[in-house]
Amino acid sequence: MSWSGVAVYVENYGRGPSKASFELLGKAREIAAKIGGFVHAIVLLDKEVEKCADVLVAYGADEVIVYRVEDRELPNLLIHKCSLVDAIKQLMPKLVLFPATPWGRSLAPRVAASIGAGLTADCLDVYVDDSGDIVQVRPAFTGNIIAHIKTITHPVMTTVRPGVFPVPKPDFSRKGRVIEKVLNSNMCPSAKEGYRVLGLSREKKVRIQEARVIVSIGRGVKSREDIKLFEELAKELGAQLACSKPLVDAGWMEKDFQVGFSGNIVKPKVYIALGISGAPQHIAGMKDSDFVISVNTDPSAPIARYSNIFVVGDMYEFAKKLLDAVRTLKGVGN
Amino acid sequence: MNIVVLIKPTPDITKVKFDIEKGTVNRASTNLEINPFDLYAIEVAKRIKKLFGGTIVSISMAPPQAEVALRDALARGVDRAILLSDRRFAGADTLATSYTLASAIRKLGSFDIILCGEKSVDGDTAHVGPEVAELLRVPHASFVTQVSRFDKDRIVVESDYGDAYYEIELRLPALVALSRPLMFLGETVEPSIPKVGDVLRARRAKIEVWSADDLKDVADLNRLGILGSPTRVVKSYYALESGREAKVVRGIEGVSTVLQALKELGVL
Repeated sequence: MSWSGVAVYVENYGRGPSKASFELLGKAREIAAKIGGFVHAIVLLDKEVEKCADVLVAYGADEVIVYRVEDRELPNLLIHKCSLVDAIKQLMPKLVLFPATPWGRSLAPRVAASIGAGLTADCLDVYVDDSGDIVQVRPAFTGNIIAHIKTITHPVMTTVRPGVFPVPKPDFSRKGRVIEKVLNSNMCPSAKEGYRVLGLSREKKVRIQEARVIVSIGRGVKSREDIKLFEELAKELGAQLACSKPLVDAGWMEKDFQVGFSGNIVKPKVYIALGISGAPQHIAGMKDSDFVISVNTDPSAPIARYSNIFVVGDMYEFAKKLLDAVRTLKGVGN
Repeated sequence: MNIVVLIKPTPDITKVKFDIEKGTVNRASTNLEINPFDLYAIEVAKRIKKLFGGTIVSISMAPPQAEVALRDALARGVDRAILLSDRRFAGADTLATSYTLASAIRKLGSFDIILCGEKSVDGDTAHVGPEVAELLRVPHASFVTQVSRFDKDRIVVESDYGDAYYEIELRLPALVALSRPLMFLGETVEPSIPKVGDVLRARRAKIEVWSADDLKDVADLNRLGILGSPTRVVKSYYALESGREAKVVRGIEGVSTVLQALKELGVL
């Protein structure tokens, strides 16, 4: 048997397979068309195998490999690792794709180290070049450099940033095969003793990566109470409020709201940066936004270079006036 | 308690210069410093030592000029700093790097906990922690935002999975990759500034340098450096060229321009 096809790890500890997993199935179809072989979806499930498998097939899987687990909602990293190692050894895929979510970025390296495979992190693209090689495209140096990477051994393993590939249109007339597997305990010794998920600790309040419009505030905010003004503006614009690192460091906002290298990387249609100067760590988190509007008192603020509109002015004054203008506009509309 | 801290000496990302044409980093443009995420690992190591006693050993793989960063680690409270430095380590990707670090930890002997930052500001892979854990066959948790319990043989941490945070119990020995903001037993952890006395003491301290030969009893030398690296960069380029030409507006004119743009973009 030789290495062929693409395997996708389906992240499935939440309400069902994650959106990022569907994005990967779409990309896997495209790559498999060029390199040949099947698209395999690897998923850990407790029940309703058929229902889940049908969905994965509709989104592009030819074969769904199911490992039965008891606590799908409390995923044990070591059991997921053992399942993937087992699947990869049997399927021998040329390429294995993982979502580059924190969970995927914690799991994929363990799998890679276990089988001695090369792994490329947080890719923005994967393509097949003229010589038929798989090329992985990723940012490095806090987003300053983009590198194209080849893996010279099998399989090629890649984590892909959520949101960079579109979710394919499901086709429920597609036919696929389901293979159920059981992990026996000697294949994964001491997984349960070594790593125990005690429970859900905290839900995330927001998912700023999914927002279409973001109003982001930074060091220009003078006090915690002032955040209300910008919250109101965001609400009026149908936007998600976000922030840069200083406000998280000050304890005024939670990390889930933070845009930047150490926070969340976002790509909204419109990004409005208020009182953010544009440190490299922040730019790395927002530079791929479709349209950027920024407001800063300092005309030489680095964020100007990454903006489509740069307003030299005070963020408070700007927010108040824009809020009034938007309300007036809406009033007229009614 | 035997505590190991993995420290990556990295360029200061706010000062480093890039060769825009070649798409590479000008390594001479700034000094190597401790990867900012790893400062949290040192801080947590100190707190564990305070509770249980023991030794903090840091391990880094870097060129010789990384010594400055390791002296900073010693000043911050690391008891023993080991620098893995050898041409044979060069060109390592994350797999070869993890293999080299894991081999060095094996050579050290037994350990109770390994701490590191969630990722580095230059590589940004977050691979090395989990890979080291796998190679040493111990459990790990990444993107850890809280250490809520710490006993002699097991710990409880909070880990960011992406959709939500989960509470995980790890049996020791284990590896923990730390995020920020970070809590340790109910207190916020922030890197502290070393005292002048400690900086002076660290200046005279010994940095142990290990070469590939020092690892030959515990490692397969073919798995080090570029030989042990399955991934290859085939091209790279500078990515922060924005290509945007901002329309600059002032004061009240700004509000009307933005309002117009928001209408055109379909926000309003």
